[in-house]
Amino acid sequence: MPTFTKITRRASIGLLAGAAAFAFSAPAMAEMDLSGETVEWVIPFSESGGSAKWANFYAPLLSEALPGNPNVVVKFMPGAGSTKGANWFQKSAKADGLTIFGSSGSTQFPYLLGDPRVRYEYKDWNVVLASGTGGVAYLPPDLGAKFKEDPSSILDVNFIYGSQGATRLDLVPLLAWEMLGLNVEPVFGIKGRGDGRLMFERGEANIDYQTSSSYLKGVTPLVDDGKAVPMMTWGALDADGNIVRDPTFPDIPTFKEVYTQMKGEAPSGPEWDAWKAFFIAGFPAQKMVFLPNGATEEMITTYSNAFNKVLERPDFAEISAARLGKYPQMTGDEAVAALDQAISVDDSAKSFVVGWLKDRYGVTLK
Amino acid sequence: MDILATALPALSEAFALILHPQQVMFLVLGVLLGLSVGVFPGLGGIAGLSLVLPFIYGMDPVSGLALMVGLVAVIPTSDTFASVLMGIPGSSASQATVLDGFPMARKGEAARALAAAFASSLFGGLLGAFILTFFILIARPLVLAFGLPEMLMITILGLSMVAVLAGSLPLKGLASAGLGLMIGTIGAADAGGSPRMSDYDWDYLYDGLKLVIVGLGIFAIPEIVSLLRQDRSISRDASLGAGWFDGIRDWWRNRFLSIRCAVIGVLVGVIPGLGGSVVDWIAYGHTVQTSKEKEKFGSGDVRGVIGPESSNNAKEGGGLVPTLIFGIPGSGSMAVFIGGMALLGYEAGPQLITNDLEITYTIVWSLALANVVGAGLCIALSGGIARLTTIRFTLLAPFLFMLIAFAAFQSRQDLGDLIALFSIGLLGIFLRRFNWSRPAFLIGFVLSTQAENYSYQAFQVANFRFQRSLEEGLGYIFTPIVLVLIVITVVSVYFGIRQAKQIRPEGEVTTGTKLAPLLFLLAVTGYLLVSFFDAMMIDQTTDMIFPATISFLTLLACAGLLIRMVRAPADDVAFADREAGGEDATAPHGLWGTLAWFATLLGLTILLGFILALGLFLLVFFRVRAGMSWAKSAMFTGAGLSFMIAMGWVLNRDFPPGLLQSVVELPWPIR
Repeated sequence: MPTFTKITRRASIGLLAGAAAFAFSAPAMAEMDLSGETVEWVIPFSESGGSAKWANFYAPLLSEALPGNPNVVVKFMPGAGSTKGANWFQKSAKADGLTIFGSSGSTQFPYLLGDPRVRYEYKDWNVVLASGTGGVAYLPPDLGAKFKEDPSSILDVNFIYGSQGATRLDLVPLLAWEMLGLNVEPVFGIKGRGDGRLMFERGEANIDYQTSSSYLKGVTPLVDDGKAVPMMTWGALDADGNIVRDPTFPDIPTFKEVYTQMKGEAPSGPEWDAWKAFFIAGFPAQKMVFLPNGATEEMITTYSNAFNKVLERPDFAEISAARLGKYPQMTGDEAVAALDQAISVDDSAKSFVVGWLKDRYGVTLK
Repeated sequence: MDILATALPALSEAFALILHPQQVMFLVLGVLLGLSVGVFPGLGGIAGLSLVLPFIYGMDPVSGLALMVGLVAVIPTSDTFASVLMGIPGSSASQATVLDGFPMARKGEAARALAAAFASSLFGGLLGAFILTFFILIARPLVLAFGLPEMLMITILGLSMVAVLAGSLPLKGLASAGLGLMIGTIGAADAGGSPRMSDYDWDYLYDGLKLVIVGLGIFAIPEIVSLLRQDRSISRDASLGAGWFDGIRDWWRNRFLSIRCAVIGVLVGVIPGLGGSVVDWIAYGHTVQTSKEKEKFGSGDVRGVIGPESSNNAKEGGGLVPTLIFGIPGSGSMAVFIGGMALLGYEAGPQLITNDLEITYTIVWSLALANVVGAGLCIALSGGIARLTTIRFTLLAPFLFMLIAFAAFQSRQDLGDLIALFSIGLLGIFLRRFNWSRPAFLIGFVLSTQAENYSYQAFQVANFRFQRSLEEGLGYIFTPIVLVLIVITVVSVYFGIRQAKQIRPEGEVTTGTKLAPLLFLLAVTGYLLVSFFDAMMIDQTTDMIFPATISFLTLLACAGLLIRMVRAPADDVAFADREAGGEDATAPHGLWGTLAWFATLLGLTILLGFILALGLFLLVFFRVRAGMSWAKSAMFTGAGLSFMIAMGWVLNRDFPPGLLQSVVELPWPIR
């Protein structure tokens, strides 16, 4: 009876988690009671994207962790590259403690780049969870071998990269490769990073990158088969805001290391500042959960505690590893700090990127 | 033999899992849920899957899979009801079924058409699962052989079906398809994000129009309005002639056609990125081209139902290949399906085939079993549901307006959805009236994005290959697959044009005065001119080239039509006009008066929000237009409203709010 044992195991873990949470979380502040209520978690993307997976992962856990175990339903509000849903959250969401919003790097980038469709202000919102991720670039085996031997030997290769668009998260890899001096021509307009990987597998693209969880799932098998070789990661942030090796991929060098090796000096200047700023905005705090403008202290505490409770589940590492990767899931002050870093890109970095997008790809945001 | 050695043990394990009573129960539950969502036009698998997703977490994996598979599998079967009975494509999987299925319903053969469709669905689904069992083990290299040039050629093959469906005047069919392609380019370009025929400030158009809206607008609204004007039942003499048993006999007589179309379904379904949007058109084209007498296609030939329906369920199985072995969903519902699998602890990807082959087979054969259960249920229901075609249509129409408005609103949950639905509906009415091929328009619209992206991307990659060497470039473009597809396309266009004269995809149309058809042509030409100049204003070449080229070519087709219209006499086919004679002209109610009812519903919605507007609309419609007593009208209205509210509540959807709601706070559902 394999099914039976599985169910009882899960149930006992749940009980344990509940008991642990009860024992350790001292009721520091008043919490709302949400029994019988329905919490709407608005995701500004469609049912099929990465944010949907992330929210669907957290929703049942959040429901268990919130006082009174309310229903948590994920509501999708796609449109205008997520700015539609974010604008709605800014303008119309009620601060009733029953409406929360999940943003993503694709919501952050238009905000930072001054997209005219943005009518939302991150500073008005109250962050209760921040989820990070990383990214890995990889090469076909022949080019990978050359690169390992001497990174500069691939400078004369014509690279093709399947890209979703230069103003998206793809901005980070494109700018990194350009800083290394690689000739990468993006083929724009693919539908998702999965399609980019398929182009790579078909040999139409000869360079690609994936966010961590997709890399683990889709590219690691290729690496094991000798069909792909990792090139570099974007790295991770340490507590002091330095870029260090990605803990999920400790054996793969970071972009910063590769740059230092190729150029003989550590990266610096406006290009690097801009890259770093957009990397921080796009990866270490890629997905966040917010309460709307005007939420009370009680609501914020309730949700922060609930997410904390989720993260403290004894089985959290196990159930999240496959679906989110091993990345920081931050609540409370940590989340606030992560948000702060993600949205404080200084003007020179912004104007550098805006200018670069225009000169290099002819993309203007007006 | 290697394949058999791997497949058989896993297969027997899978069957042991599936045939467990508990799993069968969940599968049937999924089928029932899928059926109840799927029969409503425009609400496809995504709505159904989202409905069960919250309950999936924590379920035993095989039961969870059975529930989800049952739900997904039955959608392309159940959406046939709307296609055949009302002429509304229930989902992208049954667009082509409308062409012959609906005329059959009007001839009183709804039960026969439905039964033939379901028998084909059942067979297609089973054959698809059978092929897939072995194919999935060797599919990976084949799928990888489909690069950008190959996908572009498949898209072009899909577009070439326009030649078959263009009707008696190929130039007009071409112009319809061109217009469809152009409507498909509205909004942000995928490559560079430049707005086309829209602006950053117009959120709604910037995202482009969705297939649900265009499908409902082009097919559903013109048909509903036209039927409503007759004030009769859908079946012209309110009777059901041929029964469901005839339909099954029809399928048996055409079983080889059914096999061929099922194979087409699996093969096209396997290719990621194309999804289901072309399969049924290619199957319909194939059906027409390989049949001996073609005169009856478009006016109720049962083979026109059997072909596409055999392919669309087989396609669902084929679509599992990219979904399962690459982790890349072939459609929106497959994307949600992957999400559901993750909740159960299974990650789609190559490792699923290597490590969990029995789970893969469980999915494949649950799909087949769900097809049997679903199609069986549908056949059993078809006799009863077909009676809808004998009811006075005036009593059905307001409910249909209600359903399509609700379905359209699910596309973006924006008031713009309703305005877009109405505008496209108006276009659909004119396309129908002046006999511009609506299937050709829809094919153009559906394939527009793919045609643009694949041609641009293939061109760009080829360019790099040519820079390396001439051989490498040529080798990239002219692969054996591409060459075969080119031959198929050329042959299909050649025969298509030769045969098109015999086929009337939408029946005979009379001719009348010159003025009205000419004005419509001028309006289309005007729109194309505007979009041409709009495209030329775009800075980024990548975003400009496709709409500029297509609008230019379509303008040439329009110019050709214009020349013909100037020269030809008023009884030329170019001047087809349904208002000049036939059913429409003699209908007891006028076009505009009938359309005004729908406009009223939308107008009231903008003011009062959907639910309040709907109540008012239903009550007045039943009293005034249908001439029922106040008591009866109130009863019907109450039934419609409670149904709508229940549906919104179960699916956890809001209704369109109006101006009133922005002033006063109201409770759900009138919020």
